[in-house]
Amino acid sequence: MTAYIIRRLLYTIPIVFGVLLLTFVLFTLVGGDISLEIAGKNATPETIEEIREEYGFNKPLFLSWDSQFINHFKSALTFDFGRALDREPVLDKIKRGVGPSLALTVPMFFGVVIISVSLALVVAFVRGTVWDMLVVLICVAGMSIPYLSFILFGQYFLAYKWGLFPVFFSPDLAMASYVALPVLIGIVTGLGGNLRFYRTVMLDEMRNDYVRTAFAKGLNTRRVLFKHVLKNAMIPIITRVVLAIPFLFLGSLLLERFFGIPGLGYLMVEAIGSRDYFVINAMTYISAILFVIFNVITDICYALVDPRVSFD
Amino acid sequence: MKEDKTLLRVEGLSTHFMTEDGLAKAVQEVSLEINSGETFALVGESGCGKSVTALSIMRLVPDPPGKIVAGKIMFRGRNLLELSDRQMRRIRGNRIAMIFQEPMTSLNPVYTVGNQIVEAIRLHQKRSESEAWALATEMLGTVGIPDPEQRVTEYPHQMSGGMRQRVMVAMAVSCNPTLLIADEPTTALDVTIQAQILDLLDGLQKQNGMSILLITHDLGIVAERAEDVAVMYASRIVEVADCETLFAEPLHPYTEGLLKSVPRLGFAGERLYTIPGTVPEPLGFPSGCKFHPRCPIGAGDKRCQNDEPQLRQVGDGRCVACWYARGYETEAERNEYESKYGKHERISSQG
Repeated sequence: MTAYIIRRLLYTIPIVFGVLLLTFVLFTLVGGDISLEIAGKNATPETIEEIREEYGFNKPLFLSWDSQFINHFKSALTFDFGRALDREPVLDKIKRGVGPSLALTVPMFFGVVIISVSLALVVAFVRGTVWDMLVVLICVAGMSIPYLSFILFGQYFLAYKWGLFPVFFSPDLAMASYVALPVLIGIVTGLGGNLRFYRTVMLDEMRNDYVRTAFAKGLNTRRVLFKHVLKNAMIPIITRVVLAIPFLFLGSLLLERFFGIPGLGYLMVEAIGSRDYFVINAMTYISAILFVIFNVITDICYALVDPRVSFD
Repeated sequence: MKEDKTLLRVEGLSTHFMTEDGLAKAVQEVSLEINSGETFALVGESGCGKSVTALSIMRLVPDPPGKIVAGKIMFRGRNLLELSDRQMRRIRGNRIAMIFQEPMTSLNPVYTVGNQIVEAIRLHQKRSESEAWALATEMLGTVGIPDPEQRVTEYPHQMSGGMRQRVMVAMAVSCNPTLLIADEPTTALDVTIQAQILDLLDGLQKQNGMSILLITHDLGIVAERAEDVAVMYASRIVEVADCETLFAEPLHPYTEGLLKSVPRLGFAGERLYTIPGTVPEPLGFPSGCKFHPRCPIGAGDKRCQNDEPQLRQVGDGRCVACWYARGYETEAERNEYESKYGKHERISSQG
């Protein structure tokens, strides 16, 4: 198993290299001259030249030990992403944003997964009944109502009118207090799609022959669902759940924006708005790395759950 | 006297499916009687309702869309259809066990075969975990799996189809059922393995005296192994007889057609007989006798087109549902027919 994990990690090296190459090409070659952006509208050629010198944009692109690509590579490996446009180190910005973002996305994630998987099992239990149809109906309705409506409803009624939550972030509020409403909204909006997905997974699984065999043995429905169906259903569930984890670090673009939460989603939106190449670059790279790592974790989970997948 | 021998008596069983396209009457008024220790064969083409009959006996018809709408299933004096779910679970896998057509998919891929057999044993018997594992290992040996100590810890994907079907048999007989329902147990296996599995079932039957309800479309299997045979066509049983009689002297034209379409040694060069037409779908059953559009006798007959013949006893242990079978039609019916449609030339279906 250790050998398997090492091998899978070795496979990630070319992938990470590919990500670095791609981001480099996109930002440096396709994205236009960044130094012009940094210099601003009425910069003199001298200023621009200074900026090029400072950021190393006047160095060769590839073919040198001190080329821009090699430096791009080095900064990625050392997690030293330089300074943002406002001169603050990018890494500091990211570190500052991680806390609020995770405070928002982690409870949201666990809330959605736990509630939707257990509800999906219950719905699979009562499949074909009025309850089942009711749940599906509510899910579809929840998915059809635009995300923004939930935010507006929450902010206007729950926060402003009824005063249950703060309407907006403010530095003197405790974290638990200002993330509460966005977490609630995130869970409510996330349930529809997830519940429907897990319900389909469970129902697909229940159509299998081994389920009939389990019933023919004389097992009760609860045992069949929890012992036989759930373990088989874990395979698609793992794929969805584990691969969603890297996105937790990205925060929630919309929720953070609307509630003014200074997380990574907020940071990303700001950076894109002001074309802050350094922040965007760092965020892209970090998410790519996380995604690759969690892909490996997914593969390991498969092998743990499904005996047909071997560690060889 | 006869009552004592009967292990399972199905009376007027009807199972319907509420589909989006309409009501599919998959099984209609099926009656059959299985004696203790015998092999009873239920024969018919695919889609005629054999498997649904078996699932109905186990009360495993998926509901919705399926529903047992009428009938009685008397098993050792109790009507299975009146039992609570809990009581039924105590019978399933314990007194009545079932093996299925698809050995490749009938076992749960993520548990070892031992785990799955032990689960059945511990559910119905008071045995400790280790005793159950010992019994599971012993059962694997009984069904002819070599190296059972090793195999019991393996997963289904590590075994061939024949092995998996043996595991299914081991699981089914691990609680000494009095009735084993084998739903096309060998259809998915290749011919040499087929014979092995059937021999295995025979051997187990001799050992513990269980009855077997053998569901198959293969008349060759029936001839060798069954005592009594019921022939099913389009949701109904059309003929019941003991095996020898049925093969020697079929009464229903469908049975006759089936027998004629079995290839036989020594008749090379002749074109094999086939019954014209196809099996009707439950949603599009013809009126009257469901076999009449394909029947050499009834195709143009007004009564066959309009009135469905019910299964009726015509001799000792023989039942048939055909207006033109020997001994079927009553005097009154004959007179009624002749007054309605004119004289009919009675054509007996057997030679």
